[in-house]
Order: sequence, then structure tokens, then C-alpha cells
Amino acid sequence: MSGLLYLIPIALFLGLLGLAAFVWALKSGQFEDLDGAAQRILLDEDEPEDRPKAG
Amino acid sequence: MSSTLSACPLPPAAAVAAEPRVEPTPFVRVDPKSGRHRLDLVVEGVHCAACIRRIERALAKLPGVEEARVNLTTRRLAVAFRGDPTLADRIVATVEGLGYRAVPFDPSRLEGADAVAEKELLLCLAVAGFAAGNVMLLAVSVWSGHFVGMGEATRTFLHWFQALIALPAIAFAGRPFFRSALAALRHGRTNMDVPISLAVILAPTVSLVETIRAGEHAYFDSAVTLLFFLLIGRYLDRRARGAAREAVTRLLALRAQAVNRIEPDGTIRPVRPESLEVGQRILVATGERIGVDGEVVQGRSELDTSLVTGETVPQPVAPGSRVFAGTLVLGPPLEVRVAAVGEGTLLAEIVRLVEAAEQRRSRFVALADRVARLYAPFVHTLAALTLAGWLLAGAGWHFAIMSAIAVLIITCPCALGLAVPAVQVIAAGRLVKGGTLVKSATALERFARIDTVVFDKTGTLTTGRMALEAIEGGTAEDLEAAATLARTSRHPLARALAAAAGPGPAATGVEEVPGRGLRRQGPEGTWRLGRRGFAGPAEDDGIPATELWFERPGRPPVRFRFADPLRPDAVEVVAALRARGLEVELLSGDRTATVAEVARRLGIARFRAELSPTEKVARLEELARTGRAVLMVGDGLNDAPALAAARVSLSPASAVDVAQTTADAVFQGTKLAPVLEVLEVARRAERLVRQNIALSIVYNLGAVPLAVLGYVTPLVAAIAMSTSSLLVVGNSLRLQLGGRREAAAAATASARPVGAAA
Repeated sequence: MSGLLYLIPIALFLGLLGLAAFVWALKSGQFEDLDGAAQRILLDEDEPEDRPKAG
Repeated sequence: MSSTLSACPLPPAAAVAAEPRVEPTPFVRVDPKSGRHRLDLVVEGVHCAACIRRIERALAKLPGVEEARVNLTTRRLAVAFRGDPTLADRIVATVEGLGYRAVPFDPSRLEGADAVAEKELLLCLAVAGFAAGNVMLLAVSVWSGHFVGMGEATRTFLHWFQALIALPAIAFAGRPFFRSALAALRHGRTNMDVPISLAVILAPTVSLVETIRAGEHAYFDSAVTLLFFLLIGRYLDRRARGAAREAVTRLLALRAQAVNRIEPDGTIRPVRPESLEVGQRILVATGERIGVDGEVVQGRSELDTSLVTGETVPQPVAPGSRVFAGTLVLGPPLEVRVAAVGEGTLLAEIVRLVEAAEQRRSRFVALADRVARLYAPFVHTLAALTLAGWLLAGAGWHFAIMSAIAVLIITCPCALGLAVPAVQVIAAGRLVKGGTLVKSATALERFARIDTVVFDKTGTLTTGRMALEAIEGGTAEDLEAAATLARTSRHPLARALAAAAGPGPAATGVEEVPGRGLRRQGPEGTWRLGRRGFAGPAEDDGIPATELWFERPGRPPVRFRFADPLRPDAVEVVAALRARGLEVELLSGDRTATVAEVARRLGIARFRAELSPTEKVARLEELARTGRAVLMVGDGLNDAPALAAARVSLSPASAVDVAQTTADAVFQGTKLAPVLEVLEVARRAERLVRQNIALSIVYNLGAVPLAVLGYVTPLVAAIAMSTSSLLVVGNSLRLQLGGRREAAAAATASARPVGAAA
């Protein structure tokens, strides 16, 4: 019983953390282009064609 | 991986070349904070990661470009750059060089209150979801406690925690419902949100009192879960419609145009039509749409006014003639003086007519709200009776109030609130696949109940583009020979001729005589293709006609006759509409003879021609007065007020802007079949909505006796409510399943010869 006294607040705090993360994501425009995000994951950061060719 | 990326086929370059270019420089804005230039483009043809990379990489290489980002969902490209604003030209050229069509637009015109409301709903949804999960966790502990003998102290402790989460969450996430309920009450109406708000407010209030009294039952979880479910329905519904509106504005943005202003020093400068002032002069080239209302200063030409008046025969114009925005120059270029901007334009006049017609139209009440009008007083009376009954029977105040509240909670139209959005989201999704965008909330319900279909002619029943109808006094060989000349011209009739002949060679040394025709000096003499008098019969009777004459030395002249052809499936669609028992009527601004001919070919008995926009509205209001529920299908500027006056309206994607924004739904493509599909889907959706409402009412009423008798605990309420919601959502999904079965059936049917269907 006494465990609940701190376990529930901890659980709630973690939940709130998740909610805050979601609100941040919403505000920072992470949900503006869902299709684009799904496709962009296929892009390589270091495309060989764009680098100056070494040798 | 790289093979999947490079597999993306480039859009054909022809698609880029076919449309007139829009000058991007007038659309460049300066960001006041960073001092950078910003340009927003709608890009057609992007659909994969390779497209994104191709565009972003190419732009990043341009000197001065600091940021380029493609949004694949909205098909927009945002570019930030420093330096000369005319760099915009190179940006557009670069994107078009890659094979994508890029059109600049003004983002402030596209982003409205919609996006803000959608974000608010999503935020409410997140808060309600968080609260629902956590409150339910604690509620389940309490329910289990009933069986294992949880002590009063622990239970009250858990109740307090639930209150701590639920109360602020409900206050925050319930706002969309509270607002709508308040607005309805203020106007002396009730809607579905009134009983919802009442239950969502009363349940936690009573639970709070119970918690303070260290009582046994608290309904925090019911209230929060209810809110969560309803927000899901509402969010999906808004998103589906937001996506439709977004798609329509994107289609419109793709047609944005700049006008060529003639500066005092004679130079030509592309500017946005909005920046023009009365008295300034613009130059309109052959094949271009006039961007303003004005008066011709110089040049004689012919105008295609079909989008404005519905008339198909080209109108001759000369210096002094009034011309309107949206008309297409067929003949030689014109110099036009701007005669009106803003409120004084024909467009503004039409918009006023649209608004007036919308105000006169009787307000349509959504089915769910009609049900709520009966349902809400019923359950509220029932709750009051329960309270009174228990008090009379001698039960204590506490028990009587708890039972009355239980009645309110169990009858809360949770499933009722989901019954409509669930079906509408699925129906809208199905229609989008067929190219139809449903924009307004109650449109599907209104589509389902119509008994009359009123069509506009030009651009709606017909394609709105000239096509070769007949060759008089010639053969296919003449067509082929004429086409070699026609392929060199941008004149719409020449283009129609070239299109009829199909791909082939173009002649060299062709000379275009503006407003007359094409001429080519050949080895055996002069070939001429053009209007009467230039080629063919010498006399020019001055009557504008949709014809071209072709003359070659030593041969009789050949006459090519053009007409605005019917949409390929117009005959079948009109027949199918009549087979469903719908009245079909034709209202057109075109000449009587042309309209009568189209009506005869389609088998439409009732038609009216040469109507002005106000006369169209008057006819629709007359139909409404005789009790008809009318679907109006139209595309022209002159149709827009009629679209607003009808019970429900539909417009093709080729329609003028104001028609598309007025219409309840927009369909794409050259076929008329979407009209049938919309009606079919709407009817099935309506059936499902009714089933859903019946289901949830029966379900709720079944639980009422339990609540009245005081047997409903929070556990029972939670189970009852979630099962009824699941039932309703499950039933709505049948629209998807049924669609697939039907599509399979249709595929087999279409495999049969066409004659069998007619």
C-alpha cells in the first residue's frame, strides 16, 4: 500500500513525459509531412554521387 | 536500395510543356526576421524518396539557395534563398528541368482555420488518450478491489488520483464539444454535443462528490474514455475533409497565373493579378486566359467565354469591348486596360450572388443532430423520472442521484457520436480513390437524399474543349495534310485538328496570319488553313463559327467542323440517373439550338437555355419550393451561385475556382461516372449510418432498465459503452468490404460487351 504512494506518481510522471514529448513533436511540425517522413528514411545521408570523387 | 529509388519513373516532359508557365518572381516573399527570400511552389509529379532527393539536391546546388524542402504530403516545395528575387525563375526552371511541374502560390491563401482546428483536435486527442490510459489503469485496480476486499482508504486514494488526472484532462480535451454545445444552445437548438457535454461534465462532478464522501463508485474512467473515443471519430472526420479541401486548393494553385503588365516605358513585366490597378494595361497572348476584368484597347480577336457564360461559340472582340477574367483568347494577342479590381469585378459580383444564395438556402440539419433533438429530451426526462421515482419509493437522496446519473452516462450517445464520423471517413476514403473529393461535412447525407439532378452543359456534360466533329468535302488524307500546318500553331482549333490527326510531321515554312489562319508556300502552290474568307469560300459573313477551311491548289476546299463533344460516358450516366428514378434537368447559358441538341442526344426532356446566373438560381429555388432536393453539377463562373443554391453540389476539377470552392464535392477526370459513384456511396453510407444509429439506440435503451434500477456500476458502464462503440465501428467497416465485393462484380460486368449494359 505505501508503495503506491510513490509508484503511482512515478508512473504518472513518466506518462506526462510521453505526453510532453508528443506535444513538442506536434508543435515542432513533426506531423506536417507524414508521407515524406516515410520516404525520407530510404535516403542515404552520404550519397556517393554528391561527394567529390576521390581519385 | 538504390535500385528501388531509381525505379521512380520521371513524369513525361510533355506534361510540363503543355501548361502555360507562371512567372514565379511576383510570388517571392521576404522573411522579415532573417531577411531571406521565400518561395512556395506546388509541385506536381513527386511521389517517392528519389523525387525528393532529386529536387532538393538540384536546388541545393544553385548559388544563393539556403534551404529547399519538399513536403510529400501536401506536394509543396518551400525554398529559402538570398540575393536577387529573380533567382525564383531559375529555381522553377531547375525543378521543371527535372520533369516536375512547379507552380508558385501564395501560402497565406491556402492555409486557413482548418489546419489550426485540426491541430487543436489532435492535441485534445493526445491529452484524452493519456488521461484515458492512466485513469483506466487506476479504475481497473478499484474494480479488482471490489472482489478482493480493497480497503476504503486505498479505494479513496485511487479515486483521488483518478480525479487529479481526469478533471483537468476533461476540462482541456472537452472544449471542442463544450464550444459546439454552447453555440447550439445559444441559438436555441440542441445537437449531439449537448447530451455528450452534459454526460462528460456531470459524470466527473458526481464522481468528485463521491470521492470526497469516500464513496464506492466513481465514473472518471467513463467520462474520459468517452471523450477519447469521440475525439478519435471527430479527428478522423476532420482530417478526411481537410485532406479533400487541401487537394482542391492544390488543384487550384496549379492553375495560378501571372499577368503581363505593360509598363509606361513599354516593357512587359509579369505580375500577380492582385497587384494590378485600374487603368493599367496588360498584354494577353493567344491561348492565354485574361486575368482581369477590362476593356480591349488594341487588337481584334476571338474569345472563348465558355467558363464564364457557358457559351461555346467564340465571341469576337474589338477595341472598346468589355472582357472578363477567365475568358480565353483564341485569336491574336490583345491589349487590355484594367477596368475593375476587387469589389468591382464580375467575380466579386458572382461571389456576392453565391453568398446570397447560401443565406437563402434552408439550413440542413445533420441526421445525428435530428436524432439528438428527439433523443436528448427523452433521456433527460428519463433521468429526472428515475430520480423522482427512487425518491418516491423511499430510497435515499444519494442512491436516487447516483441512479439518475447512471442513466445519463449509460445513454450518453457515445456510439451515436461515432456512428456518423466512422461511416463518413470510410466513405470519403473510398471516393478519394475514385478521384472525388468531398469537402463539406454533411454533403454525403445530402447526396443520399436527392431526387433531381440539374446539369450545366458546357464543361460539365461536355468536355468544354473543342474537338473535330466532321470533315466536309474531304477525306482522311486532307486531315493529315491540314494537320502538318496545324501542328505549328497554338490556336485552339488548330490544336484540336492536330489532336484529331494524331502524331505526325509538322510542315516547315508555315506563316501564321493572326486572326485569319496558316499559310504555307509549297512547291505546287499555297496551302491555306484558316477561317472562312482566308481559305475556302471567299465571302466572310462575319458570323463566328467553329470551323476551319483548308484549301490546296487544284482541289475543292475542305471544311472542318468543330464542336464541344459530350463527356465519353455522359449518355450512359444520364440514362443511369433516370433509371434510378431521378429527374434530370439541363440549365445552360449557351444558345438554345446548341442546348436543345445536347438535351436531345442525352434524352433530357427538360432544359432551359440562355440563362443568366440569377435565372439559374431562381430556377433552383423554384425547384426547392416545390419540395425537390436538387443536386447541381456545374463548372462555370455562371454556375457558382446555382451551386450554392442547390441542396448539394458537385463540380469537375476543370471548373473555375469559385465553382470548386462553392461546390460540396469536386470530381477529377474526363468522365461523368463519379456523379453516379458519389450517389451510390452516399446512399450506402446513409444506410449504414441509420443502422449504426439504430444499433446504438437499441443498445443504449437495453441498458437503461439496469441503470434505472440502480444496477449500473462504473464497471458495467465501461463495458457497455466500449462494446457499443466497437459494434458501431465494426458495422461501418462493412462499407469498405462491400465496396470490394462490388468492385469485383463491376469488373466482371464491364468485361461483357457494352451493348448488353445499355
